[in-house]
Amino acid sequence: MVTTVVPNSEEKPSLPAASSSWRLLGSARSRSTALWGLFFVGPQLLGLLVFSLIPVIWAMVLSFMEWGGMGARTFVGLENYRDTFANEDFRAAFWHTVQFTAISVPGSVVASLLIAMLVNNVRFKTIYRVIFFLPTVTSSVAISLVWLWALNGDFGLVNTYLREWFNADPPNWLIERDLVVPIIALVSVWSSLGFNMIIFLAGLQGISPTYHEAAQIDGASRWRQFFNITLPLLSPTIFFVTIISLIGAFQVFDLVYVMTNGGPGNASSTMVYYIYRTAFMDFRFGQSAAIAMVLFVIIMLVTLVQFWGQRRWVHYDD
Amino acid sequence: MAATVPDFQAERSSYRNSNKIQERVLAGVTHLILIVGALTMIIPFLWMISTSLKDFGQVFMIPPSWIPNPVQWSNYPDSLNALPFARAYWNSTYIAVVVVASQLLTCSMAGYAFARIQFPFRNQLFIIFLATLMIPQQVTIIPTFIIMRNLGLVDNHLSLILPSALFSAFGVFLLRQFIMGLPLELEESATLDGANKLRIYWQIVLPLIKAPLAALAIFSFLGQWNNLFTANIFLSSPDNYTVPLLLNQFKGLYITDWTLMMAAATIAVIPVLIVYIIGQRWIIEGVALTGLKR
Repeated sequence: MVTTVVPNSEEKPSLPAASSSWRLLGSARSRSTALWGLFFVGPQLLGLLVFSLIPVIWAMVLSFMEWGGMGARTFVGLENYRDTFANEDFRAAFWHTVQFTAISVPGSVVASLLIAMLVNNVRFKTIYRVIFFLPTVTSSVAISLVWLWALNGDFGLVNTYLREWFNADPPNWLIERDLVVPIIALVSVWSSLGFNMIIFLAGLQGISPTYHEAAQIDGASRWRQFFNITLPLLSPTIFFVTIISLIGAFQVFDLVYVMTNGGPGNASSTMVYYIYRTAFMDFRFGQSAAIAMVLFVIIMLVTLVQFWGQRRWVHYDD
Repeated sequence: MAATVPDFQAERSSYRNSNKIQERVLAGVTHLILIVGALTMIIPFLWMISTSLKDFGQVFMIPPSWIPNPVQWSNYPDSLNALPFARAYWNSTYIAVVVVASQLLTCSMAGYAFARIQFPFRNQLFIIFLATLMIPQQVTIIPTFIIMRNLGLVDNHLSLILPSALFSAFGVFLLRQFIMGLPLELEESATLDGANKLRIYWQIVLPLIKAPLAALAIFSFLGQWNNLFTANIFLSSPDNYTVPLLLNQFKGLYITDWTLMMAAATIAVIPVLIVYIIGQRWIIEGVALTGLKR
């Protein structure tokens, strides 16, 4: 996803692709190649059309319409977009999503990198790997239920021990308007830690030990080795994990839907939750499509900014 | 002279010893941090199981007891009977299996075509596939919902199966990358022996990409098994529910009955955890593999 965005490096660069494609249709042999190609790509091509391209275009068109899912559609121009930006609920959902992302992405990337570094050269590595990976194979609904109970204000695990050990007077986390989003973000860090750790471990394994050996002979401290060798060589992996986490964070839904249903009030409503509500509870399909397009643009911008910024800090071997 | 030599050696060995001690302290600290981290991962699960075996009174004990006494086994049959869990398990399993099997077939076919067959507009089409990776699901969900409604497939498992079975840009991309990395010689000599593309794909390429196929299988199985968003939109009758959906329904019905709810969560989680612990090596390595080929 990161290094190979330009496909087909083995291709002859001679002709412009489109005209050579037309020429390929000429002879009988190339016609049979075309048929084989169609045969193999066929099923996924059908899926691409029916479940991705047509829906995207349709969603764009819908975003300029008012439609309740049945009956007449009326063209309303940019009204849905204007309504979206003027809407308090949307602004709240947007802000909560940003807040969630700002906590969960750095939190998860840093923590999982740290744990991967620690796990990498330690005994019982397998056991640690298995344990940290547990939430990845657990359904997010089950995770939400378990944390809902653990964070229960009166009898939850967290508060019981905070009172018992620290004599604290802890709040009811998921009912406090200011705390609910950070808390959900922390649960998200907890549950995404293991997956990111595995990707980092794979990245660390790809670093040739000769670099560290040479640095050790030169007397470089662990600290310097980390900053001058490990981090630069791991930067493509860090970039990959960051991008994946960012895109995922902007689409957070399950935790919010199960733990708080966007509440209290709309204090934990996120963009995707708001899209879901608008379409499938309020049945304002046009409005919801407009919000989804806004989300699409935001995700695209964030991704592009990342790709643009990576040139400054991501180091590729070749 | 004679005296300095043993001195020097003693100094060296003490240096080595202090180095060893330093190593040990470092390893100790590392384990300490990791153990705290590991406990943070496990304790919520233990708490879940512990609560699921308590009676109502024990739940509200302060300080909480970790070992239930008496053990309330009846929470399990109670929550199994409260909602059609067996049914949901069957639904989730067969949906995931069908999706994974079809994805392996369709993605490997498309991956093979993009890697090895010079068909017209191949590059343009591949770029379109890549571009769709950026489209969030929430954009396509409303039109997909309308398509399914027009096909009469709402509240039918096909509405979950068809989109995933027929379309995975990620799967196509992943397998294409691996197939491009295979040596050409085998396929060339098979072509000289008169094998057609279908035979090459089936008998040469597929056996060589078992590892990425397994990785994709694990990846999409987890995705399907845990899928809440689209299942929640498409399915409406409890008999069609998948496990995440049923669990969420359970929460709505028994919000205050933590013992039953934790029993339900345990029922939903434990079988998957058992499969995971048996196959953890392959599962974790599979996930690492999908992360490496990017």
